[in-house]
This record gives sequence, C-alpha cells and structure tokens, in this order.
Amino acid sequence: MTDFLMVLFIYIGIYSIASLGLNLIVGYTGLLSLCQAAFVAIGAYTTAIIMTSTGLSFWWVLPVAGITASLSGLLIGIPTLRLKGDYLAIATLGFGEIVKNLIINWDSVTKGPMGINGIPAVNLFGIKLTILDKLPWMLIIWGFVFITYYLVRRIVRSRIGRALEAIREDEIAASSMGINTAKYKIGAFITGSFFAGIAGGLYAAYTQAVAPNTFDFMMSVMILCMIVLGGLGRNIAAVAGAVIIVLAEFTPRLLGISNIIPPQLNQILFGLILVMMMIYRPQGLIGRKKINYAAIVKKEILNLEK
Amino acid sequence: MPLLYTENLRREFGGVIAVSDVSIEIHKGSITGLIGPNGAGKTTLFNTITGLDYPTNGYVFFKGEDITPLPAYKITRSGIARTFQNIRLFKELTVFENIMIGRHFRANHPFIIKNRLINFILGRILVKREERDIYENSIKWLNFFKLGEYRDEYAKNLPYGKQRELEIARALATEPEVIFLDEPAAGMNPRETAELMTTIKRIRDLGITVVLIEHDMKLVMNICDRIIVLNYGRKIAEGTPEEVRNNREVIEAYLGKSDE
Repeated sequence: MTDFLMVLFIYIGIYSIASLGLNLIVGYTGLLSLCQAAFVAIGAYTTAIIMTSTGLSFWWVLPVAGITASLSGLLIGIPTLRLKGDYLAIATLGFGEIVKNLIINWDSVTKGPMGINGIPAVNLFGIKLTILDKLPWMLIIWGFVFITYYLVRRIVRSRIGRALEAIREDEIAASSMGINTAKYKIGAFITGSFFAGIAGGLYAAYTQAVAPNTFDFMMSVMILCMIVLGGLGRNIAAVAGAVIIVLAEFTPRLLGISNIIPPQLNQILFGLILVMMMIYRPQGLIGRKKINYAAIVKKEILNLEK
Repeated sequence: MPLLYTENLRREFGGVIAVSDVSIEIHKGSITGLIGPNGAGKTTLFNTITGLDYPTNGYVFFKGEDITPLPAYKITRSGIARTFQNIRLFKELTVFENIMIGRHFRANHPFIIKNRLINFILGRILVKREERDIYENSIKWLNFFKLGEYRDEYAKNLPYGKQRELEIARALATEPEVIFLDEPAAGMNPRETAELMTTIKRIRDLGITVVLIEHDMKLVMNICDRIIVLNYGRKIAEGTPEEVRNNREVIEAYLGKSDE
C-alpha cells in the first residue's frame, strides 16, 4: 500500500513539473498549447537514447533532455507569432502528432513502437536507483518539483511574468507598451517545454523504459486538464490539478477494480471535468491569485535599504 | 524642425483609401487636435504612426529619424505612447500592475549586464533594483491621476472615466515624448470631460507633446494649439482653432454643402 502511494506521488511529481511548465504557456501567456506531451516525449526519448547508447550519467543527460525539449519548443514557438487561439491549438496538436509519429517510425533511433527498454539505472552517490527504489525516487522527483515551482514563481513574479500576463490580456496593448511580444511568446514556449523535457527525462530514468504510446494526445489533454482544473495562471493550482487527475486515473487500480472499469472511462472523466469546469467554475478550483506587487516591492525596498 | 512629421502617408485597405497622402507636423510641447467626421481616417492615421498598422506609402519621421518600418514596441521605446478608442486595459490585472507594465522596458537597472536571463540567474538583488524602479515610477503616475484608492482593484472593475485615466497613466508610464490620445473624452460626462481637460494641460506642462482625436468640439477648441482636419482620408484644413472654425471646407465636411 505505501509502495503504491509512493508510485502515485512519483507520477504526481512528474506531471506537476510538466503542468507547471504548461501553466506558463497557457495560464500566464494565454497561448493554448496541446502538445505538452510531445515535449515530455522528446525529453524522455533524449534521456533514453543518450543513456542507453553512451552510458553517460543521468545527471548530465537530464539538462540535455530539457534543452532538446526547449529547442523543439522554439520550433513550435515561431508559428505562434502568426497564429492565435484555436488556430494555434490546432498547430500544436499537429506538432504533437508529428512528434509521436516520428518516434514510432524512426526505428533506427527510437526502436519504433517497441520503445526503448533497459535504460541503465540512475547512479546517485554510488547507489544504483532502479524502479523498485521508490522512496529515493519520490524524494528526487519532488525535489525537482520544488525547484521548478520556485523557478516558475520567480519568473511570474518579476516583470517577465507581468509582460506575459499583459500579452494574455491584450497583445496589441502590450506591444504598444513597448513589450516585444514575439520574444516573450517564444520565451514562454521555450521555458514551458524545458520543464516538460525535465519531466520526461525523470520519467524515462525512473521507469527505465519508454514507449511512444505513453506520450499520446491524451497525455497532453491530461496535463491541460490539470491546469484548467486547478486554475489557469496559478502555480500551486497546477500541482493541485496534477494531484487530482493522477488520483482519478489511479483510483480504479488502487481499489482493485481496474479489471471491471474500462480504461476509456478516464477519457470520459477528463472530458466531463473540462466541460463541468468551464460551465461552473471557469477560474478553476483554486482560482487566480491577485498578486499584490505594491506590497511585495514595498517590502523588498525596505529590505534593500536596510 | 517638428518633433514628429509624416510625409504623404497613405493607407489603403483593398480599394478603400483610409488615409490619403497625409502630411502633418507635430511641434514639440504643443497640443494638436485631429478632428473629422466618422470614418475620416483619424484612427488609421494614429495606427500607422504608432506602428500598429503599416502605411501603404509614405513616411513617419520622429526626432529626425524614419520610424515607418519599426514594429509597435520599438516605436513605443523610441518615445511615442498611445491610448485606444475602445479602452484596451489589461482587464484581469490590477490598476497598479497596469501602470507597472507601462514601465516595463524602462526599468533597466544601472548595471552593464543587459541580459535579463543572466540577471535572473545572478539573483534577486538586481531584480529588486529593477522592481524598485518600476514601483517608484508607477506610484508617481498613480498619484498624478489620483488613482491611489483603486491601486489593488482589477482594471475591469473601475468606473469608465477612471479606466480612461488609467489608460493614459499606463501610456505615460512609458515616459513618452509624444502621447497620442484616441478619443479620450468618449463616453465621459461633462464634469469628467472638464477634469480631462485639466489633465491634458497638466500632461503638456510636463513637457510631453499631446496629439488627440476628439469629437467633443468644446474640448478641442479650448485646449488645442493647432487643429488638423481630416475628411475621407484627406487633410482638408490645418491651423489654429480660430482658423479651422471659420474654414469653409471644414464647415461643409461637418454640416454639408449649402444649396446655393
């Protein structure tokens, strides 16, 4: 039972990192992106390929996974300069499918539909961590969740975050305030996909295997569901959303009724959640918090002058 | 030399000529009014000057430099701010945050490292200095417009007149040399309009050049040093309020031709 709970928390942690990243893109900058799973996939496959082929330490590979994902974020970020709203969502949807198909068909590198198995165990201070070492994995992943949370918080509470929110509220007004909207929109994609890449890297290293079907459109929807459920544009809500959605997905297994309930039920559930939230609580369960910059800055000015 | 001038500025939308070879001059420290019947091309002229729209032909010069091809954000950075006819505030942000965004690009702390990413990694001290600069300047404009009591209110919850003021405050926070006001008095009651008149004069007294589109003739005639009249995209008259008021073409544009 405790083992199962730890697995649960490992998955919640991985999803939290990805949803915190997506929140930066969708929640703060207002760009509807449906390809977060593709970034996770790129991070996971980068980790898997480099670790199996070169035997490089995971701790070197993880940043590479993040950077690879953010480069692909740059790639999808460029069309966002011309696309808005629904059209952008469709473009990102297409990008997600391209990545998935690329993984399935590029046999020589990704081993196609079979996926990559036997990723070497991660070495932490001389101890090899396999999928069975749940407690250390849980601690490592939640360590990353806290780092991600802190970084995202720092971003959104600076003038960068205000610029992103200005773009979400009114792009034309933002550009006439001297904000280079193109730079910030691409920046949001790069940063958000970086965190997704990190989440993917952690996933690959923990499960020691990756398969293309994990990173399908449903995963993107799941991550989107998390931030919508928690509340767009609020970091703690992204984590809370991850907790609820992962719990919802794993509850049948937890209760031992996963044989009776068809797996499609999850998809119905997510769809239902999204629709219900839009109707009854569009601001999310937690909602957006009004950040009192005046008070924050005042406090910090006093600190500076001390 | 005028602070800002256009040369044969032209903007066509398909077959419609919204702005037809308009050359105007804006002099430093003046209040210039831009008037004309609905659809005369006033807002299009504003948009082409401030970079939200590109002219089909012609040039815009600001401080002697050609700013025609620049994107909107660069034009704002060069010292031209604007407000919008249909208020474009950041509705889900507070009044204070709205003004802070206006200060966004000016807040470069006195360190050599211009790369924000490096500063971000370097730590909080630099960010704090940046934020202090933004804070102090935003407070200045908040007080200039006496919006203090609304500081932490969402912009969308403000009364209409205050929203217009906030939009001007936000534009002024970019520290412009010229501010373009697109119908600042639209929808205001007479008392609010009178207040706006004083505000515009106060802005001028700060050394900021004002250009405004307005339909309220009392306001235009009272505060403008010069008036430019557009009709069907063409500049039909230009001069002091007195001259424009007695111009035959202007009267015809507004009231129609007499039968004689």
